[in-house]
Amino acid sequence: MIKLNDVAVVRGNRLVIQRLSLTAQAGDIIWIRGANGCGKSTLLRTIAGLLPSISGILETSGNMALSDENLGLDANAALENALGFWAKLDGTKPEQLAHAMSAMDLQNLADVPVRYLSSGQRRRASLSRVMASGAEIWLLDEPYNGLDSANCARLDSALLSHAAAGGIALVASHQPPTINVADSIALDERKSPERRAAAA
Amino acid sequence: MTPFLSLVAREVRQSLTGGGMWLPVIFYLAVATLFPFVTGPDKALLARTGGGILWVAALLASLLPIERLILPDREAGILDQLALRGWSDESIAAAKIAGQLIAFGLPLMLATILGSVLIGLPDGKLPTLLLGLALAVPALAGLGVTIAALTAGLHGASALGGLLLVPMAVPILIFGAGTLDASPGNSMQLLAATSLAMLAVSPFAAGAALRAARG
Repeated sequence: MIKLNDVAVVRGNRLVIQRLSLTAQAGDIIWIRGANGCGKSTLLRTIAGLLPSISGILETSGNMALSDENLGLDANAALENALGFWAKLDGTKPEQLAHAMSAMDLQNLADVPVRYLSSGQRRRASLSRVMASGAEIWLLDEPYNGLDSANCARLDSALLSHAAAGGIALVASHQPPTINVADSIALDERKSPERRAAAA
Repeated sequence: MTPFLSLVAREVRQSLTGGGMWLPVIFYLAVATLFPFVTGPDKALLARTGGGILWVAALLASLLPIERLILPDREAGILDQLALRGWSDESIAAAKIAGQLIAFGLPLMLATILGSVLIGLPDGKLPTLLLGLALAVPALAGLGVTIAALTAGLHGASALGGLLLVPMAVPILIFGAGTLDASPGNSMQLLAATSLAMLAVSPFAAGAALRAARG
């Protein structure tokens, strides 16, 4: 469960998010839209607890997994070992990790060091880390970037089966949703920082 | 394996594959090799100064891995992923310090055996030097991780790291070099006390630096 009520977040002396309310129940996919720089990543990092909110109420229950621009994998390790490190910390079973890797079509890359992966492959590796974590809440920042159509479809079906299993997914993307979503939130990028500061 | 030990093992693995483990050893042995060329083969002079030079070299060698300790993990998002899993910044720092104890301390001990021969340390001084360095390594590991956390991502991080290390490391150096005197007992105790105090404080200092830099 995620519940945000009237949340405001400041990043680098700038009010990036204000008066944001949002509720996500088990089985919800929430789509967060908005142009570059409107605070999508900031919102996900705030929900993840990596950034503080300066006002409002933020409640979450359940484990969270985050896929953002940082891969979160050791560059020198083989992909399977890099994912295996987190699997071990999370107590993920080997077959669960293998399933998450095959869901993103990564079996053939298991022995390749992470630093040699292409951007699309890196994105898939990061998504498969999220899937393997077994977390109830997925926070995905621009997950479709760099994915070809076949892999976009793989991600769609992974999201749908996660939601069907009672999980929550927050997807931040500049694109419109391609799957049925419980809620779609548009962060307003037209307000200038000055106006936001004045409103605060 | 407990999660903490997995993280320590990862630190050791990272420094082994990333080159962070061998760089300090090579630097340390290079000093031990070059110093006798400067002073000439005067055995008495080398016996008097060699141990101290090894101490200075060990101290400066501890600065070499600092750029690899925090910054790559922050840029790769590893620190975010750990925080997301409920790790406190202090425990991340503690795991990194424990990893440095192994990845920096053990190779340094081994290199000292070779270095003492290269620099012509008098007979019987090697066990004292090894014991003194073993006592100082926890402080050097703690300082290294703290400085790495404080300077990660700054321009000129290594130069700044040197400036930060020097005042903090002076007590270690004074007591450490003191252990090479005729009666090392008191210096050894003071060295152990200083080292323990630094080891105890450093996870909190480094943890605070990690937290302040997250954004």
